Amino acid sequence: MIPCMPRPDPNPFPPALAAPPLGAKVKASATLSEVFAAPGGEAAALGFVMARLEQAFQERAQIKGRAAAGSHKPAASDRTPKPLTPILWLQERMVWREAGRPYLPGLGPRPLLLMQLSRPADILIAAEEGLNCNVLAGVVAELRGNPSALSFTALKRLALRAEASGVPCWLIRQSAEPGLSAARERWRIAPLPSDANPDDPRAPGTARWKLELFRSRDARPGEWEARHERTGESDEGRAPDHLDLVAAIRDGTLAETGAATRRRGFG
Amino acid sequence: MALVDEGPQGPVIHAMNRAARLAGVTLGARLTDMRALVPGLRVDHADRAGDRAALRQLALWARRWCPWTAADAPEDSPAESHGLVLDTTGSDHLFGGEPAMLAEMEGALSALGFTARLALASTWGAAWALARYAPPRSLLRGVDWANSPMLMQLPPAALRLEAETVLLLNRLGLRQIKAIADLPRLSLARRFPRHDPARNPLIRLDQLTGHLPEPVCPPEAPPLFRADARLPEPIFDPTNHLPELCQDLCDQLARAGRGARRLSLTVYRTDGETSRIEAACASASREARHLAFLFRDRLEKIKPGYGFDLISLEAPLTEAMTIRQPDLAGETETTLELAHLVDRLAARFGSKALTRLEPAQSHIPERAEASRPALAPVAPQPLPATERPQRLLTPAEEVVVLYAVPEGPPAQFQWRRRTYRIARYQGPERIAPEWWHDRPGTRLRDYYKVEDAAGHRFWIYREGLHDDGRGADPRWFLHGVFA
Repeated sequence: MIPCMPRPDPNPFPPALAAPPLGAKVKASATLSEVFAAPGGEAAALGFVMARLEQAFQERAQIKGRAAAGSHKPAASDRTPKPLTPILWLQERMVWREAGRPYLPGLGPRPLLLMQLSRPADILIAAEEGLNCNVLAGVVAELRGNPSALSFTALKRLALRAEASGVPCWLIRQSAEPGLSAARERWRIAPLPSDANPDDPRAPGTARWKLELFRSRDARPGEWEARHERTGESDEGRAPDHLDLVAAIRDGTLAETGAATRRRGFG
Repeated sequence: MALVDEGPQGPVIHAMNRAARLAGVTLGARLTDMRALVPGLRVDHADRAGDRAALRQLALWARRWCPWTAADAPEDSPAESHGLVLDTTGSDHLFGGEPAMLAEMEGALSALGFTARLALASTWGAAWALARYAPPRSLLRGVDWANSPMLMQLPPAALRLEAETVLLLNRLGLRQIKAIADLPRLSLARRFPRHDPARNPLIRLDQLTGHLPEPVCPPEAPPLFRADARLPEPIFDPTNHLPELCQDLCDQLARAGRGARRLSLTVYRTDGETSRIEAACASASREARHLAFLFRDRLEKIKPGYGFDLISLEAPLTEAMTIRQPDLAGETETTLELAHLVDRLAARFGSKALTRLEPAQSHIPERAEASRPALAPVAPQPLPATERPQRLLTPAEEVVVLYAVPEGPPAQFQWRRRTYRIARYQGPERIAPEWWHDRPGTRLRDYYKVEDAAGHRFWIYREGLHDDGRGADPRWFLHGVFA
């Protein structure tokens, strides 16, 4: 088992939750991000993306609520539960065959608009259409390998569109090499053996992943061990998808230098 | 077989088939009496509204012969007087004359399973009388048709009168239409002053002979929304005209308070051909930009030939649509934005490509999630309380499993040519088949969440037990992957 640091983590998406400046924060979280799944880590990537999307959506709702509260009283309709806005989920057919499709009972109550297409170029077109529609909670595209359609220009278009409309866009890349990309955040994810289960020593407990942010515009790159808890909404007011991040490397200086070289490398 | 309806004193016979009629069942008689007469009578309830709707549908279907067709089924009239009326003026020559047309109608109706009694005459009233009281397929033509014995010898009931009036005429000794026609008009008018046509023999008689016009009023066709662009010179590309056409159509729709669900764009080519493309909206819309977008990538499917000089945009299917404002702040409406997105995606990738996943009420994993059309109404269902994987393989893939004891947990399995040693497991979670869905012999499933030393977490299940008597040794499947 890898020893975890007990000290508070260097959170990669921190300034947001504490005191979000209006407007700027929405754009910061609503952008194009990429996550590269290690072989066998496709489901982990899915869980990670869902957790991040939920977080981004809640930040957005908070900011909206604050803006509304500033101008006038909250409307009566805010008290009645609104239907959850859906996520547009685009899957290349090969990904679907290889890693399976997202399974709603394991993901949460948010509805998914699922579209399975066979050509990567179609996926990008559909993702752009989705990003034009600002009522979506997010757009997720799953792609396999390094298709030529996934050029820097295409990704730049997606990034600009996501930032213009305020809808976060995630690419899940399967068996792909991280090449040139316009994604604002690029992650690598691999599953780790889970925590001990407090109720049953033979059973797997809370899921853990090895997360690596190797390129980012706003945050410092680094490596983390993530603990993914899927709790019910009633549990102590925590979000349904809770992500705990702990620095993976014990030596802080080592992490610094490692991050620095990496940043230089991707300059 | 007979149909019954609720009468004031219990159920009465509403309609019957030929066998029942021959056995002695009569219309309007009480069911109890008829049961005594015919013990083996099969009875079902009549559906008046359904009959009327079916007749209206049939009237539209009968437009194949002529454009003026209507269902003759007034609200307060008895069911046996209902029928279809067709104004075939000018259409009979298309079918080789009137007798041939009647024969074809009868054939087509019997192919639909209807027994029809047809008659043709110069007025609605005469045709009505002949169809019911004359031999089948009667034709009444000629110069002096109104005085022909075929018509004049019919009973007064053939005048489309109410039962009470018919009874009165019978009591007066008027057994034939001829007898009524011979009476002085003045005395008839004095006897039945200011009665509505169903109770006034004079009006009905005039309608029968054609002295009183009675045109067929076919149900109105829905209003047509259409925008045309007439061009001075033939062109090959309609792209530049499309926004204007859409705007024109949307203005028309807005005036009528309707939104388009289907659109068709037709170009009329100079060589006399037409070419057409169609588009559909997921919800009614009259936003010109959106409608134009639906055609954007498909204009190349139009075959221009040598060019076209008329473009017409039609909305064949429309729906009532009111303007709504969700709140005072003027925010865009969520459902509308979503409908537009669905339209744009369907226009490009086909209407079946996009589905909406929703939780459904079932314990079988693949049924716990329903995929629906993207804009289907949402009925929120609770999610299962137990842990479920984030990814599901459809169909589940068979794996080779090593286990220590037959009913016990797996120790190692092979999936896609790779061997995973199981370090930890959780389970089994037993899910029994749904007997109301599944075929008999479907085996239960024991689900395990397993984890290997590298941290891959899978959801595998054993189908069946060793001695459940439902086939050979149980097989193992990998069904899902956990995050």
